[in-house]
Amino acid sequence: MARITREEVLQVARLARLELTDEEVGRFQEQLSDILEAVSKVSELDLSDVPPTAHPLEIANAWAEDVPHPSLSLDDAFANAPERQDDHFKVPPA
Amino acid sequence: MIDTLRLTAEEAKRQLEAGEISGAELFAAYLEAIGVRDEELHAYLHVCADPGGDGLPIAVKDVIGTKGVPTTAGSKMLEHYVPVYDATVVERCKAHGLRVLGKTNTDEFAMGSSTENSAFGPSHNPWDPTRVPGGSGGGSAAAVSGGLAPWALGSDTGGSIKQPAALCGNVGLRPTYGTVSRYGVVAFASSLDQVGPVAKNVRDCAYLYSIISGRDANDSTTVDVPVVELPAGDSLKGLRIGVPKEMNEAEGIEPGVSAAVRVAIEHAASLGAEVGECSLPRSVEYGVACYYLVAPAEASSNLARYDGARYGLRSPGDDFREMVMNTRHDGFGDEPKRRIMIGTYALSSGYYDAYYGKAQRVRTIIRREHDAVFEQFDLIVSPTSPTVAFELGAKVHDPIAMYLNDVLTIPSCMAGLPGLNIPCGLSEGLPVGLQLIGPQFSENTLFRAGHALEQALAFDVVPARLR
Repeated sequence: MARITREEVLQVARLARLELTDEEVGRFQEQLSDILEAVSKVSELDLSDVPPTAHPLEIANAWAEDVPHPSLSLDDAFANAPERQDDHFKVPPA
Repeated sequence: MIDTLRLTAEEAKRQLEAGEISGAELFAAYLEAIGVRDEELHAYLHVCADPGGDGLPIAVKDVIGTKGVPTTAGSKMLEHYVPVYDATVVERCKAHGLRVLGKTNTDEFAMGSSTENSAFGPSHNPWDPTRVPGGSGGGSAAAVSGGLAPWALGSDTGGSIKQPAALCGNVGLRPTYGTVSRYGVVAFASSLDQVGPVAKNVRDCAYLYSIISGRDANDSTTVDVPVVELPAGDSLKGLRIGVPKEMNEAEGIEPGVSAAVRVAIEHAASLGAEVGECSLPRSVEYGVACYYLVAPAEASSNLARYDGARYGLRSPGDDFREMVMNTRHDGFGDEPKRRIMIGTYALSSGYYDAYYGKAQRVRTIIRREHDAVFEQFDLIVSPTSPTVAFELGAKVHDPIAMYLNDVLTIPSCMAGLPGLNIPCGLSEGLPVGLQLIGPQFSENTLFRAGHALEQALAFDVVPARLR
Protein backbone atom coordinates (compact mmCIF):
# COMPACT_ATOMS: atom_id res chain seq x y z
CA MET A 1 0.00 0.00 0.00
CA ALA A 2 1.20 3.49 -0.84
CA ARG A 3 2.62 5.58 1.98
CA ILE A 4 0.90 8.88 2.61
CA THR A 5 2.68 11.92 1.32
CA ARG A 6 3.86 15.01 3.13
CA GLU A 7 1.14 16.99 1.34
CA GLU A 8 -1.54 14.56 2.54
CA VAL A 9 -0.36 14.95 6.15
CA LEU A 10 -0.57 18.72 5.81
CA GLN A 11 -4.00 18.47 4.18
CA VAL A 12 -5.38 16.24 6.97
CA ALA A 13 -3.84 18.50 9.63
CA ARG A 14 -5.45 21.50 7.98
CA LEU A 15 -8.86 19.78 7.93
CA ALA A 16 -8.41 18.92 11.64
CA ARG A 17 -7.19 22.46 12.45
CA LEU A 18 -3.83 21.26 13.74
CA GLU A 19 -0.73 23.39 13.30
CA LEU A 20 2.31 21.12 12.77
CA THR A 21 6.02 21.92 12.83
CA ASP A 22 8.23 20.60 10.01
CA GLU A 23 9.66 17.99 12.37
CA GLU A 24 6.15 16.84 13.32
CA VAL A 25 5.09 16.53 9.69
CA GLY A 26 7.99 14.18 9.01
CA ARG A 27 7.41 12.08 12.11
CA PHE A 28 3.65 11.81 11.62
CA GLN A 29 4.09 10.97 7.94
CA GLU A 30 6.00 7.83 8.97
CA GLN A 31 3.73 6.88 11.88
CA LEU A 32 0.43 7.55 10.08
CA SER A 33 1.61 5.53 7.08
CA ASP A 34 2.40 2.57 9.36
CA ILE A 35 -0.94 2.86 11.14
CA LEU A 36 -2.93 3.14 7.89
CA GLU A 37 -1.13 0.12 6.53
CA ALA A 38 -2.08 -1.86 9.66
CA VAL A 39 -5.74 -0.81 9.69
CA SER A 40 -6.09 -1.46 5.93
CA LYS A 41 -6.42 -5.09 6.98
CA VAL A 42 -10.19 -4.46 7.05
CA SER A 43 -10.14 -4.47 3.22
CA GLU A 44 -9.18 -8.16 3.12
CA LEU A 45 -12.72 -9.25 3.94
CA ASP A 46 -15.60 -9.50 1.50
CA LEU A 47 -18.10 -7.19 3.17
CA SER A 48 -20.53 -6.64 0.30
CA ASP A 49 -23.46 -8.38 2.08
CA VAL A 50 -22.70 -7.10 5.59
CA PRO A 51 -24.59 -4.09 6.94
CA PRO A 52 -22.67 -1.50 9.01
CA THR A 53 -22.89 -1.22 12.80
CA ALA A 54 -22.69 2.32 14.15
CA HIS A 55 -23.82 1.63 17.69
CA PRO A 56 -23.75 -1.52 19.83
CA LEU A 57 -27.30 -1.26 21.22
CA GLU A 58 -30.45 -1.40 19.17
CA ILE A 59 -32.26 1.40 20.96
CA ALA A 60 -34.76 3.86 19.57
CA ASN A 61 -34.80 7.56 20.34
CA ALA A 62 -35.01 8.56 23.98
CA TRP A 63 -37.48 11.38 24.32
CA ALA A 64 -37.51 13.95 27.11
CA GLU A 65 -40.53 15.92 28.24
CA ASP A 66 -40.45 19.35 26.61
CA VAL A 67 -40.50 21.32 29.85
CA PRO A 68 -38.05 23.91 31.19
CA HIS A 69 -35.60 22.74 33.84
CA PRO A 70 -32.70 24.40 35.67
CA SER A 71 -29.50 24.88 33.68
CA LEU A 72 -26.09 26.46 34.29
CA SER A 73 -25.97 30.10 35.29
CA LEU A 74 -24.17 32.41 32.87
CA ASP A 75 -21.30 32.83 35.33
CA ASP A 76 -20.92 29.04 35.57
CA ALA A 77 -21.06 28.68 31.79
CA PHE A 78 -18.28 31.26 31.43
CA ALA A 79 -16.26 30.01 34.41
CA ASN A 80 -13.67 28.28 32.20
CA ALA A 81 -13.73 30.72 29.29
CA PRO A 82 -10.30 31.93 28.13
CA GLU A 83 -11.81 35.37 27.49
CA ARG A 84 -15.26 36.78 28.20
CA GLN A 85 -16.84 40.03 27.14
CA ASP A 86 -20.22 40.66 28.74
CA ASP A 87 -22.28 37.57 27.93
CA HIS A 88 -20.11 36.40 25.04
CA PHE A 89 -17.03 34.26 24.53
CA LYS A 90 -14.43 36.60 23.10
CA VAL A 91 -12.16 35.29 20.32
CA PRO A 92 -9.73 36.93 17.87
CA PRO A 93 -11.28 38.35 14.67
CA ALA A 94 -12.13 35.89 11.92
CA MET B 1 -4.13 0.97 62.38
CA ILE B 2 -6.01 0.90 59.07
CA ASP B 3 -4.26 -1.32 56.51
CA THR B 4 -5.27 0.42 53.29
CA LEU B 5 -3.44 -2.18 51.19
CA ARG B 6 -5.75 -4.95 52.33
CA LEU B 7 -8.95 -3.20 53.41
CA THR B 8 -11.87 -3.87 51.05
CA ALA B 9 -14.68 -1.36 50.59
CA GLU B 10 -17.13 -3.84 52.08
CA GLU B 11 -15.03 -4.31 55.22
CA ALA B 12 -14.43 -0.56 55.54
CA LYS B 13 -18.18 0.00 55.28
CA ARG B 14 -18.80 -2.58 58.01
CA GLN B 15 -16.22 -0.96 60.31
CA LEU B 16 -17.73 2.49 59.71
CA GLU B 17 -21.24 1.25 60.43
CA ALA B 18 -20.09 -0.57 63.57
CA GLY B 19 -18.39 2.59 64.78
CA GLU B 20 -14.98 0.84 64.86
CA ILE B 21 -13.46 3.62 62.76
CA SER B 22 -14.65 7.11 61.94
CA GLY B 23 -15.09 8.59 58.48
CA ALA B 24 -12.35 11.11 59.24
CA GLU B 25 -9.89 8.36 60.31
CA LEU B 26 -10.61 6.37 57.18
CA PHE B 27 -10.11 9.30 54.81
CA ALA B 28 -6.96 10.32 56.69
CA ALA B 29 -5.54 6.79 56.36
CA TYR B 30 -5.75 7.02 52.56
CA LEU B 31 -4.27 10.52 52.52
CA GLU B 32 -1.40 9.20 54.62
CA ALA B 33 -0.84 6.26 52.26
CA ILE B 34 -0.89 8.68 49.34
CA GLY B 35 1.70 10.80 51.16
CA VAL B 36 3.92 7.75 51.64
CA ARG B 37 3.61 5.99 48.29
CA ASP B 38 2.26 8.32 45.62
CA GLU B 39 5.54 10.06 44.97
CA GLU B 40 6.73 6.71 43.62
CA LEU B 41 3.47 5.55 41.98
CA HIS B 42 2.09 8.86 40.68
CA ALA B 43 -1.41 7.41 40.64
CA TYR B 44 -3.01 10.78 41.37
CA LEU B 45 -3.03 14.03 39.42
CA HIS B 46 -4.99 15.78 42.16
CA VAL B 47 -5.67 14.85 45.78
CA CYS B 48 -8.71 16.26 47.64
CA ALA B 49 -9.13 17.35 51.22
CA ASP B 50 -11.66 15.42 53.31
CA PRO B 51 -15.06 16.94 52.51
CA GLY B 52 -16.40 15.48 55.79
CA GLY B 53 -18.97 12.75 56.26
CA ASP B 54 -18.90 9.06 57.03
CA GLY B 55 -18.98 7.54 53.56
CA LEU B 56 -16.30 5.49 51.85
CA PRO B 57 -13.56 7.30 49.94
CA ILE B 58 -13.26 6.73 46.20
CA ALA B 59 -10.72 7.66 43.53
CA VAL B 60 -12.00 9.00 40.22
CA LYS B 61 -10.25 8.79 36.85
CA ASP B 62 -9.41 12.25 35.62
CA VAL B 63 -11.60 12.03 32.52
CA ILE B 64 -14.67 12.07 34.79
CA GLY B 65 -15.93 15.56 35.63
CA THR B 66 -15.93 16.58 39.31
CA LYS B 67 -17.49 19.87 40.35
CA GLY B 68 -14.89 22.28 41.73
CA VAL B 69 -12.08 19.73 41.32
CA PRO B 70 -9.70 19.96 38.33
CA THR B 71 -10.44 17.48 35.54
CA THR B 72 -7.57 17.40 33.06
CA ALA B 73 -8.08 14.18 31.06
CA GLY B 74 -4.29 13.90 31.31
CA SER B 75 -3.97 16.73 28.78
CA LYS B 76 -2.41 20.16 28.71
CA MET B 77 -5.56 21.14 26.85
CA LEU B 78 -7.55 20.87 30.10
CA GLU B 79 -4.73 21.52 32.60
CA HIS B 80 -6.64 24.37 34.26
CA TYR B 81 -10.19 23.16 33.60
CA VAL B 82 -12.43 23.00 36.68
CA PRO B 83 -15.90 21.57 35.95
CA VAL B 84 -18.92 23.49 37.20
CA TYR B 85 -21.00 20.30 37.55
CA ASP B 86 -20.51 16.67 38.56
CA ALA B 87 -20.69 13.81 36.09
CA THR B 88 -23.77 11.66 36.76
CA VAL B 89 -21.59 8.82 38.07
CA VAL B 90 -19.96 11.20 40.58
CA GLU B 91 -23.34 12.57 41.57
CA ARG B 92 -24.54 9.00 42.21
CA CYS B 93 -21.45 8.19 44.27
CA LYS B 94 -21.98 11.33 46.35
CA ALA B 95 -25.66 10.48 46.81
CA HIS B 96 -24.41 7.23 48.42
CA GLY B 97 -22.18 9.27 50.71
CA LEU B 98 -18.95 8.42 48.87
CA ARG B 99 -16.18 11.01 49.15
CA VAL B 100 -13.80 11.80 46.30
CA LEU B 101 -10.19 11.18 47.38
CA GLY B 102 -8.68 12.53 44.22
CA LYS B 103 -8.36 12.32 40.46
CA THR B 104 -6.29 9.55 38.96
CA ASN B 105 -3.80 9.65 36.14
CA THR B 106 -4.74 8.60 32.62
CA ASP B 107 -3.28 8.54 29.15
CA GLU B 108 -4.21 11.79 27.47
CA PHE B 109 -7.94 11.73 26.64
CA ALA B 110 -7.85 8.03 27.65
CA MET B 111 -5.78 7.20 24.57
CA GLY B 112 -3.15 4.65 25.46
CA SER B 113 -2.31 1.42 27.26
CA SER B 114 0.35 2.50 29.76
CA THR B 115 -0.37 6.06 31.10
CA GLU B 116 2.84 7.10 29.32
CA ASN B 117 0.73 9.38 27.12
CA SER B 118 -0.31 11.46 30.13
CA ALA B 119 0.88 15.04 29.73
CA PHE B 120 1.75 14.97 33.43
CA GLY B 121 4.05 11.94 33.47
CA PRO B 122 3.33 8.21 33.77
CA SER B 123 2.04 6.24 36.73
CA HIS B 124 4.03 3.29 38.01
CA ASN B 125 2.98 -0.29 38.74
CA PRO B 126 2.71 -1.01 42.48
CA TRP B 127 4.13 -4.53 41.91
CA ASP B 128 7.25 -3.13 40.23
CA PRO B 129 7.61 0.64 39.79
CA THR B 130 9.92 0.21 36.79
CA ARG B 131 6.88 -1.14 34.93
CA VAL B 132 3.71 0.46 33.59
CA PRO B 133 0.37 0.04 35.38
CA GLY B 134 -1.44 -0.33 32.03
CA GLY B 135 -3.73 2.24 30.54
CA SER B 136 -5.45 4.34 30.00
CA GLY B 137 -6.81 3.95 33.54
CA GLY B 138 -3.43 3.10 35.05
CA GLY B 139 -3.85 5.71 37.78
CA SER B 140 -7.08 4.16 39.12
CA ALA B 141 -5.61 0.63 38.98
CA ALA B 142 -2.34 1.70 40.65
CA ALA B 143 -4.28 3.57 43.35
CA VAL B 144 -6.40 0.51 44.22
CA SER B 145 -3.49 -1.97 44.20
CA GLY B 146 -1.14 0.45 45.93
CA GLY B 147 -3.54 0.94 48.87
CA LEU B 148 -4.19 4.56 47.88
CA ALA B 149 -7.96 4.06 47.44
CA PRO B 150 -10.39 1.29 48.41
CA TRP B 151 -11.91 1.42 44.95
CA ALA B 152 -12.08 3.71 41.95
CA LEU B 153 -13.97 4.72 38.85
CA GLY B 154 -12.39 4.11 35.47
CA SER B 155 -13.47 4.45 31.88
CA ASP B 156 -13.01 1.96 29.07
CA THR B 157 -13.09 2.45 25.31
CA GLY B 158 -11.00 -0.50 24.09
CA GLY B 159 -9.63 -1.95 27.34
CA SER B 160 -8.80 0.99 29.61
CA ILE B 161 -10.40 -0.57 32.73
CA LYS B 162 -9.70 -4.26 32.12
CA GLN B 163 -6.08 -4.06 30.94
CA PRO B 164 -4.77 -1.90 33.85
CA ALA B 165 -6.71 -4.12 36.29
CA ALA B 166 -4.89 -7.10 34.74
CA LEU B 167 -1.46 -5.48 34.93
CA CYS B 168 -1.95 -4.27 38.53
CA GLY B 169 -3.70 -7.42 39.81
CA ASN B 170 -7.15 -6.14 40.72
CA VAL B 171 -10.76 -6.43 39.59
CA GLY B 172 -12.14 -4.19 36.85
CA LEU B 173 -15.47 -4.25 35.06
CA ARG B 174 -16.16 -2.76 31.70
CA PRO B 175 -19.97 -2.76 31.84
CA THR B 176 -22.36 -3.41 28.97
CA TYR B 177 -22.54 -0.38 26.70
CA GLY B 178 -25.42 1.84 27.81
CA THR B 179 -25.63 0.69 31.44
CA VAL B 180 -23.61 3.57 32.94
CA SER B 181 -24.10 7.25 32.16
CA ARG B 182 -21.35 9.18 30.36
CA TYR B 183 -22.88 12.57 31.19
CA GLY B 184 -20.02 14.78 32.38
CA VAL B 185 -17.32 12.38 31.16
CA VAL B 186 -14.72 13.65 28.68
CA ALA B 187 -15.72 11.97 25.41
CA PHE B 188 -13.26 9.89 23.38
CA ALA B 189 -15.20 7.48 21.12
CA SER B 190 -18.88 7.69 21.92
CA SER B 191 -20.05 4.36 20.48
CA LEU B 192 -17.50 2.62 22.74
CA ASP B 193 -16.86 4.69 25.90
CA GLN B 194 -18.13 3.19 29.17
CA VAL B 195 -17.50 4.10 32.81
CA GLY B 196 -16.92 1.24 35.22
CA PRO B 197 -15.60 0.18 38.64
CA VAL B 198 -12.10 -0.87 39.73
CA ALA B 199 -11.89 -2.72 43.05
CA LYS B 200 -9.94 -5.20 45.18
CA ASN B 201 -12.49 -7.97 44.77
CA VAL B 202 -15.56 -8.93 42.78
CA ARG B 203 -18.11 -8.12 45.50
CA ASP B 204 -16.80 -4.55 45.84
CA CYS B 205 -16.81 -4.26 42.06
CA ALA B 206 -20.44 -5.42 41.88
CA TYR B 207 -21.47 -3.08 44.67
CA LEU B 208 -19.89 -0.04 43.01
CA TYR B 209 -21.50 -1.05 39.71
CA SER B 210 -24.89 -1.12 41.46
CA ILE B 211 -24.30 2.47 42.60
CA ILE B 212 -23.29 3.96 39.25
CA SER B 213 -25.42 2.02 36.75
CA GLY B 214 -28.90 2.71 35.45
CA ARG B 215 -30.78 5.00 33.12
CA ASP B 216 -29.89 8.70 33.16
CA ALA B 217 -32.09 11.37 31.60
CA ASN B 218 -28.90 13.29 30.72
CA ASP B 219 -27.46 10.44 28.60
CA SER B 220 -29.87 9.23 25.95
CA THR B 221 -27.78 6.10 25.29
CA THR B 222 -28.46 4.69 28.77
CA VAL B 223 -30.95 1.89 29.36
CA ASP B 224 -32.62 0.16 32.30
CA VAL B 225 -30.31 -2.30 34.03
CA PRO B 226 -31.19 -5.64 35.70
CA VAL B 227 -30.98 -5.54 39.51
CA VAL B 228 -27.37 -6.15 40.55
CA GLU B 229 -26.85 -9.25 42.70
CA LEU B 230 -23.86 -9.32 45.04
CA PRO B 231 -22.22 -12.70 44.37
CA ALA B 232 -21.93 -15.10 47.29
CA GLY B 233 -21.75 -18.73 46.10
CA ASP B 234 -18.75 -20.85 45.22
CA SER B 235 -20.31 -23.23 42.72
CA LEU B 236 -20.25 -22.85 38.95
CA LYS B 237 -22.58 -25.81 38.39
CA GLY B 238 -24.54 -25.46 35.18
CA LEU B 239 -22.47 -22.58 33.85
CA ARG B 240 -21.24 -23.09 30.29
CA ILE B 241 -17.83 -21.49 29.75
CA GLY B 242 -16.39 -21.14 26.26
CA VAL B 243 -12.67 -20.92 25.60
CA PRO B 244 -12.20 -19.09 22.28
CA LYS B 245 -9.26 -20.76 20.61
CA GLU B 246 -7.95 -17.61 18.89
CA MET B 247 -8.08 -15.51 22.06
CA ASN B 248 -6.16 -18.10 24.04
CA GLU B 249 -3.63 -18.98 21.38
CA ALA B 250 -3.07 -15.53 19.83
CA GLU B 251 0.44 -14.65 18.77
CA GLY B 252 2.23 -12.70 21.46
CA ILE B 253 0.58 -14.28 24.51
CA GLU B 254 3.39 -14.95 26.98
CA PRO B 255 3.74 -18.58 28.13
CA GLY B 256 3.42 -17.53 31.80
CA VAL B 257 0.15 -15.75 31.00
CA SER B 258 -1.25 -18.81 29.18
CA ALA B 259 -0.24 -21.07 32.05
CA ALA B 260 -1.99 -18.95 34.71
CA VAL B 261 -5.15 -18.70 32.60
CA ARG B 262 -5.15 -22.49 32.04
CA VAL B 263 -5.03 -23.03 35.80
CA ALA B 264 -8.01 -20.70 36.24
CA ILE B 265 -9.96 -22.62 33.58
CA GLU B 266 -9.18 -25.90 35.38
CA HIS B 267 -10.53 -24.36 38.59
CA ALA B 268 -13.71 -23.37 36.75
CA ALA B 269 -14.18 -26.97 35.63
CA SER B 270 -13.62 -28.34 39.11
CA LEU B 271 -16.20 -25.86 40.48
CA GLY B 272 -18.75 -27.49 38.21
CA ALA B 273 -18.66 -25.39 35.03
CA GLU B 274 -18.96 -27.09 31.66
CA VAL B 275 -15.92 -25.90 29.73
CA GLY B 276 -15.70 -26.19 25.96
CA GLU B 277 -13.72 -24.76 23.08
CA CYS B 278 -15.19 -22.16 20.73
CA SER B 279 -14.01 -19.84 17.99
CA LEU B 280 -14.00 -16.10 17.22
CA PRO B 281 -11.69 -16.15 14.21
CA ARG B 282 -12.35 -12.81 12.57
CA SER B 283 -13.01 -10.89 15.80
CA VAL B 284 -9.45 -11.46 16.92
CA GLU B 285 -7.79 -11.16 13.52
CA TYR B 286 -9.61 -7.97 12.46
CA GLY B 287 -10.61 -6.45 15.81
CA VAL B 288 -7.62 -4.17 16.30
CA ALA B 289 -7.78 -2.79 12.74
CA CYS B 290 -11.52 -2.20 13.11
CA TYR B 291 -11.06 -0.46 16.46
CA TYR B 292 -8.23 1.78 15.27
CA LEU B 293 -10.49 3.13 12.54
CA VAL B 294 -13.76 3.47 14.45
CA ALA B 295 -12.28 4.95 17.66
CA PRO B 296 -10.07 7.59 15.95
CA ALA B 297 -12.91 8.55 13.61
CA GLU B 298 -15.17 9.24 16.57
CA ALA B 299 -12.31 10.89 18.48
CA SER B 300 -11.59 13.27 15.61
CA SER B 301 -15.18 14.45 15.88
CA ASN B 302 -15.32 14.57 19.70
CA LEU B 303 -12.02 16.43 20.02
CA ALA B 304 -13.09 19.10 17.53
CA ARG B 305 -14.63 20.94 20.49
CA TYR B 306 -11.20 21.93 21.84
CA ASP B 307 -10.85 25.15 19.92
CA GLY B 308 -9.69 27.62 22.56
CA ALA B 309 -13.00 29.50 22.46
CA ARG B 310 -15.14 28.30 25.37
CA TYR B 311 -12.94 26.39 27.82
CA GLY B 312 -9.54 24.80 28.04
CA LEU B 313 -6.24 26.07 26.70
CA ARG B 314 -6.01 29.05 24.38
CA SER B 315 -2.81 29.88 22.51
CA PRO B 316 -2.36 33.30 20.91
CA GLY B 317 -3.10 33.84 17.23
CA ASP B 318 -3.68 36.87 15.02
CA ASP B 319 -7.02 35.64 13.80
CA PHE B 320 -9.57 33.01 14.90
CA ARG B 321 -8.26 30.24 12.66
CA GLU B 322 -4.64 30.77 13.70
CA MET B 323 -5.67 30.82 17.37
CA VAL B 324 -7.53 27.50 16.95
CA MET B 325 -4.65 25.82 15.09
CA ASN B 326 -2.06 27.04 17.61
CA THR B 327 -4.23 25.99 20.55
CA ARG B 328 -4.64 22.48 19.15
CA HIS B 329 -0.94 22.24 18.35
CA ASP B 330 0.07 23.23 21.88
CA GLY B 331 -2.74 21.51 23.80
CA PHE B 332 -2.73 18.00 22.28
CA GLY B 333 0.11 15.54 22.72
CA ASP B 334 1.28 13.17 19.99
CA GLU B 335 -1.26 10.38 20.54
CA PRO B 336 -4.40 12.55 20.28
CA LYS B 337 -2.80 14.24 17.26
CA ARG B 338 -2.20 10.88 15.59
CA ARG B 339 -5.74 9.70 16.29
CA ILE B 340 -7.33 12.96 15.19
CA MET B 341 -5.42 12.76 11.90
CA ILE B 342 -6.15 9.05 11.32
CA GLY B 343 -9.81 9.68 12.08
CA THR B 344 -9.99 12.75 9.86
CA TYR B 345 -8.31 10.81 7.04
CA ALA B 346 -10.61 7.77 7.46
CA LEU B 347 -13.71 9.98 7.35
CA SER B 348 -12.60 12.23 4.52
CA SER B 349 -14.28 12.19 1.16
CA GLY B 350 -12.76 9.55 -1.11
CA TYR B 351 -11.51 7.40 1.79
CA TYR B 352 -14.71 6.98 3.82
CA ASP B 353 -15.86 3.78 2.08
CA ALA B 354 -12.41 2.21 2.12
CA TYR B 355 -11.77 2.81 5.82
CA TYR B 356 -14.60 3.89 8.10
CA GLY B 357 -17.34 2.24 6.07
CA LYS B 358 -15.45 -1.08 6.01
CA ALA B 359 -14.65 -0.87 9.72
CA GLN B 360 -18.34 -0.48 10.55
CA ARG B 361 -19.10 -3.61 8.52
CA VAL B 362 -16.32 -5.54 10.27
CA ARG B 363 -17.95 -4.43 13.51
CA THR B 364 -21.12 -6.25 12.44
CA ILE B 365 -19.09 -9.41 11.81
CA ILE B 366 -17.57 -9.16 15.31
CA ARG B 367 -21.02 -8.79 16.85
CA ARG B 368 -22.38 -11.75 14.92
CA GLU B 369 -19.46 -14.00 15.87
CA HIS B 370 -20.03 -13.22 19.54
CA ASP B 371 -23.80 -13.72 19.22
CA ALA B 372 -23.16 -17.18 17.77
CA VAL B 373 -20.77 -18.14 20.57
CA PHE B 374 -23.27 -17.04 23.22
CA GLU B 375 -25.88 -19.40 21.80
CA GLN B 376 -23.73 -22.20 23.20
CA PHE B 377 -21.99 -20.58 26.17
CA ASP B 378 -22.95 -18.32 29.09
CA LEU B 379 -19.58 -16.64 29.08
CA ILE B 380 -16.14 -16.88 27.48
CA VAL B 381 -12.68 -16.58 29.01
CA SER B 382 -9.21 -15.57 27.86
CA PRO B 383 -6.20 -13.65 29.10
CA THR B 384 -7.04 -9.94 29.45
CA SER B 385 -3.60 -8.81 28.32
CA PRO B 386 -1.23 -10.96 26.25
CA THR B 387 1.63 -9.88 28.52
CA VAL B 388 2.29 -8.95 32.12
CA ALA B 389 3.20 -5.32 32.90
CA PHE B 390 5.99 -4.15 30.59
CA GLU B 391 8.88 -1.78 31.33
CA LEU B 392 8.25 1.95 31.15
CA GLY B 393 9.50 3.22 27.80
CA ALA B 394 9.46 -0.22 26.12
CA LYS B 395 6.74 0.60 23.56
CA VAL B 396 6.47 4.34 23.76
CA HIS B 397 8.05 5.01 20.34
CA ASP B 398 6.09 2.32 18.51
CA PRO B 399 2.37 3.19 18.35
CA ILE B 400 1.42 -0.10 16.69
CA ALA B 401 3.17 -2.25 19.32
CA MET B 402 1.27 -0.23 21.94
CA TYR B 403 -2.04 -0.79 20.10
CA LEU B 404 -1.53 -4.58 20.16
CA ASN B 405 -1.77 -4.59 23.98
CA ASP B 406 -5.51 -4.39 23.44
CA VAL B 407 -5.88 -7.26 20.98
CA LEU B 408 -7.85 -9.39 23.47
CA THR B 409 -9.94 -6.63 25.08
CA ILE B 410 -11.03 -4.87 21.89
CA PRO B 411 -13.37 -7.41 20.20
CA SER B 412 -15.94 -7.49 23.03
CA CYS B 413 -15.81 -3.68 23.32
CA MET B 414 -16.71 -3.40 19.62
CA ALA B 415 -19.73 -5.63 20.32
CA GLY B 416 -20.83 -3.61 23.37
CA LEU B 417 -20.32 -6.60 25.70
CA PRO B 418 -19.43 -6.51 29.39
CA GLY B 419 -16.03 -7.81 30.47
CA LEU B 420 -14.60 -8.49 33.89
CA ASN B 421 -10.92 -8.82 34.79
CA ILE B 422 -9.92 -10.84 37.81
CA PRO B 423 -6.33 -11.59 38.80
CA CYS B 424 -5.58 -15.30 38.30
CA GLY B 425 -1.93 -15.76 39.19
CA LEU B 426 1.59 -14.50 38.70
CA SER B 427 4.07 -14.75 35.87
CA GLU B 428 7.62 -13.56 36.53
CA GLY B 429 6.31 -12.17 39.84
CA LEU B 430 3.74 -9.95 38.10
CA PRO B 431 -0.06 -10.32 38.01
CA VAL B 432 -1.88 -12.12 35.19
CA GLY B 433 -5.46 -11.11 34.42
CA LEU B 434 -8.29 -13.42 33.42
CA GLN B 435 -10.93 -11.86 31.20
CA LEU B 436 -14.55 -13.04 31.49
CA ILE B 437 -16.93 -11.83 28.79
CA GLY B 438 -20.66 -12.39 28.59
CA PRO B 439 -23.60 -11.30 26.44
CA GLN B 440 -25.04 -7.82 26.92
CA PHE B 441 -26.48 -7.26 30.43
CA SER B 442 -24.88 -10.43 31.84
CA GLU B 443 -22.98 -8.60 34.61
CA ASN B 444 -24.57 -10.76 37.32
CA THR B 445 -23.25 -13.91 35.62
CA LEU B 446 -19.78 -12.37 35.36
CA PHE B 447 -19.87 -11.42 39.04
CA ARG B 448 -21.01 -14.89 40.04
CA ALA B 449 -18.29 -16.62 38.03
CA GLY B 450 -15.64 -14.06 38.98
CA HIS B 451 -16.42 -14.38 42.68
CA ALA B 452 -16.36 -18.18 42.68
CA LEU B 453 -13.06 -18.24 40.79
CA GLU B 454 -11.60 -15.58 43.06
CA GLN B 455 -12.30 -17.79 46.09
CA ALA B 456 -10.77 -20.82 44.40
CA LEU B 457 -7.68 -18.98 43.12
CA ALA B 458 -7.02 -17.18 46.45
CA PHE B 459 -4.86 -14.57 44.73
CA ASP B 460 -3.28 -12.12 47.19
CA VAL B 461 -4.05 -8.66 45.76
CA VAL B 462 -1.44 -6.89 47.88
CA PRO B 463 1.70 -6.42 45.76
CA ALA B 464 4.41 -8.79 47.05
CA ARG B 465 6.97 -6.04 47.67
CA LEU B 466 4.50 -4.10 49.87
CA ARG B 467 3.40 -7.02 52.11
